[in-house]
Amino acid sequence: MLQPLKRRAFLRTSGQLLLGFNLFPFLQCTPQESIETQNPYYGIPERPHAGRDIIDSWIRLDAAGYLTVLTGKQELGQGIRTALLQIAAEELEVPVEICHIINGDTGQTANEGYTAGSNSVEGSGRAIRQAAAAAKQVLIREAAKKWKISAGQIQVKSGVILGPENQKISYWELLEGKFIEEKVNDQAPIKDPKNHEVVGKSIPRADIELLVRGKSHFVHDHRLPGMLHARVLHPPVYGSKLNKLDNGQILMIEGVEQVIVDGSFVALVARREYQAVKAWQKAKEIAEWEQEQISVDPTGLFEHMEQTSENSKEVESRGNSPAKLNNSSKKISATYQKPYHLHGSMGTGCAIAKWEGGNLTVWSPTQGVYPLQNTLSDLLSLEKESIRCIGMPGSGCYGHNSADDVSAEAALIASKIPDTPIRLQWMREDEHQWEPFGTAMQVKLEAAVDENGKITAWKSHIWSDAHSTRPNGQAGHYISARHLENPFEFQKGGFSGGSYRNALPLYGIPDVQILLSNYDGPLRTSALRSLGAYGNIFALECFMDELAQLANQDPFDFRIKNLEDQRGIAVLEKLKSETNWNGKSPNEKSTCGIAFAKYKNSASYFAVLAEIEPGSDDKKYKLKKLIGVIESGQCINPDGLKNQTEGGMIQSASWTILEQVEFDSEGIQSKDWSSYPILRAKSIPEIEVHIINRPEEPPLGAGEAAQGPVAAAMVNALSSALGERIRKLPLREYVTA
Amino acid sequence: MKTINFQLNGQSKSVTVDPEEPLLYVLREEFELNGVKFGCGLHQCGACMVLVDGQARYTCRTGSGEFEGKKLETLEGLERQDKLHPVQEAFIEVQAAQCGYCLNGMLIAAVALLRENPNPNDAEIRDALQPVICRCGTHSRFLKAVKLAAQKT
Repeated sequence: MLQPLKRRAFLRTSGQLLLGFNLFPFLQCTPQESIETQNPYYGIPERPHAGRDIIDSWIRLDAAGYLTVLTGKQELGQGIRTALLQIAAEELEVPVEICHIINGDTGQTANEGYTAGSNSVEGSGRAIRQAAAAAKQVLIREAAKKWKISAGQIQVKSGVILGPENQKISYWELLEGKFIEEKVNDQAPIKDPKNHEVVGKSIPRADIELLVRGKSHFVHDHRLPGMLHARVLHPPVYGSKLNKLDNGQILMIEGVEQVIVDGSFVALVARREYQAVKAWQKAKEIAEWEQEQISVDPTGLFEHMEQTSENSKEVESRGNSPAKLNNSSKKISATYQKPYHLHGSMGTGCAIAKWEGGNLTVWSPTQGVYPLQNTLSDLLSLEKESIRCIGMPGSGCYGHNSADDVSAEAALIASKIPDTPIRLQWMREDEHQWEPFGTAMQVKLEAAVDENGKITAWKSHIWSDAHSTRPNGQAGHYISARHLENPFEFQKGGFSGGSYRNALPLYGIPDVQILLSNYDGPLRTSALRSLGAYGNIFALECFMDELAQLANQDPFDFRIKNLEDQRGIAVLEKLKSETNWNGKSPNEKSTCGIAFAKYKNSASYFAVLAEIEPGSDDKKYKLKKLIGVIESGQCINPDGLKNQTEGGMIQSASWTILEQVEFDSEGIQSKDWSSYPILRAKSIPEIEVHIINRPEEPPLGAGEAAQGPVAAAMVNALSSALGERIRKLPLREYVTA
Repeated sequence: MKTINFQLNGQSKSVTVDPEEPLLYVLREEFELNGVKFGCGLHQCGACMVLVDGQARYTCRTGSGEFEGKKLETLEGLERQDKLHPVQEAFIEVQAAQCGYCLNGMLIAAVALLRENPNPNDAEIRDALQPVICRCGTHSRFLKAVKLAAQKT
């Protein structure tokens, strides 16, 4: 635990805001002959973050000959650790093998908010790149001073600085254990991408070896001495109140140490994990609730959405779309719907918390350690400085699952059992019923085309619940905070831009209007991979096919004709050539559909072709193949980019074919994998991903680019095959899984 | 409480536990193994898979008492003399992982398949991996990795 006092003392002794990257003087320093060191990596001493503008907030060289990168971003399975290390290694000219990384930890790393929105390479990557460039500049300057030559005469290779007269010194020898206090110089020159040796290479992820060998990796695997196991009994339905729980019956179970009841928050704590599970089962059996009901009839969800949403407001517009549409003769409109989706992480949420001497430490799979610290501070009325949140890998899904809730609950339990590490893991039905879902959405589109097949006017009307209710300082965002005797209120805190993400067509349409009606729906919702972009692109790109039909044009040609963005056109052209498109499916039996988007209209470009064919044993279709083309500007790690994109394509295919959260008045009925099935191995299509690399362009976020286009391409293929337009998800009525 | 004997990763072990306690918890708690994981507690997702007498089996519901006298192999037991199992090598080579939570089930299912059928076709590989869920959508790489492992064995 980093004590507040220590932190202040540290800042005082290190002088103003300036720290440097350094060798640690308290480690025995042995100058290296070269950096091909055999010294084991001991890590770096823990130290609080002291400002984004300091080099060693991002990069540190240590006495053993290693480089450690610090990022506020979390590894979620997207391979961010490897990509960020490549960026640092490239800029500082060291082998990537000697680089290590520390992810989000309020005791050490910068506050980079949430790991979300495909921002990590664009944001953290940029900061690390600049810090590494600045560090190299400082090292060269120091060498120049030592050799009494100008910096311009110096070259760097593999962490070794080379002078014009065969002088040679490694970074580590040069530093000799000194602190060098430097700020990040924004002007420090960045390497020309033409000279990149590490960036652009498919460097393997180091963590995969640990994973296949069953080494400790996840927060679930973290074991602390004296640790107790906990389960939380959540209410049967949102808003239900606990009437009665006979603690005595639970305390009789062997190993059960405590039953914590605070209002309707119930936690069972035991010595062994299974004993906690048994206590949870017993508590579930005997707890008596004043049960609430979900008042919205799921069969009338979209009617309810239209009837009860706020009045629409214009969120984006150009020209005068309503007037233009009024005066157009060649126009159509269509309404698209998507249901609620689960994040559905395979592993249930898990966190460990320890309360000791007035300080709290939480080991958490959160996507944002600083927002967690902030919000725990509200929950527990504890100074932020007394809370340390250490990010650890959790089970993936790409979105706001139970990670923050489980961390808050572990902290609540730990606050009642001091000096004892508490490991809380959710049960499967907790995860399915209580995680905040990706919201249902309805999108009504209207557009007109002229006689040349150009879209002249466009109008979108979106109905959507909130796409992000991530905790950011308000404890009411934690589900269990609302169940306490003195509950925290939940306020949605406004609807973010997530609802209309990608609603604005990238196509060059002169008159456009986007309307949004915010919906306060029956289910708990928050950020799921790509937020509203999935629903909006599904609608937009299906509608593009409907418009292409209206204009009697090929779907590729129609999109290309209406696009002005040259990089977008290149992605579509590449897909066209990779799939040998000549206006119809390459295979007589099958039917194809395409779709395209630039994620957030500011990140990666992605185009995809979906091929479906009649299934073998029934009347349904089968998703045969998905071929995608992605352009993410400068590609840091081609295989990593492919992996993310392939995964996004498969995940989106699963959402699109199968997924819908089932609920009724009695609560959430999707409680496990049989009541909420997802795509498994037998139904996985063939997947092909092609990359357009533009090393001269800044890297663009890629992790969510595939979600929307895959849905639209599949629906376009299916609609072609059926000869009628499908506008409602999921497709399980038509497509096998 | 009952004493249960089994062979775990080549060694005879005995453990005194509640025989109703599913094997998953016993392996994680008594033997500090990390490969087996809790995913659903319902025998639906495969996170908890272990090789039981060579067959890939769920362990999150079945009481440990049922495993008396069985030969158990976990992810940690696949290595031989510091050499990775070909399935482990293939998963690394193909970089077949995102978050990695499902890898235990995927690897165990693949090892069981290849022992019984060293040259599986695509449909047989899919059948073998069907009991295991992956939320990150890494399946296309798992299929590739198992094919590669078959070539290696």
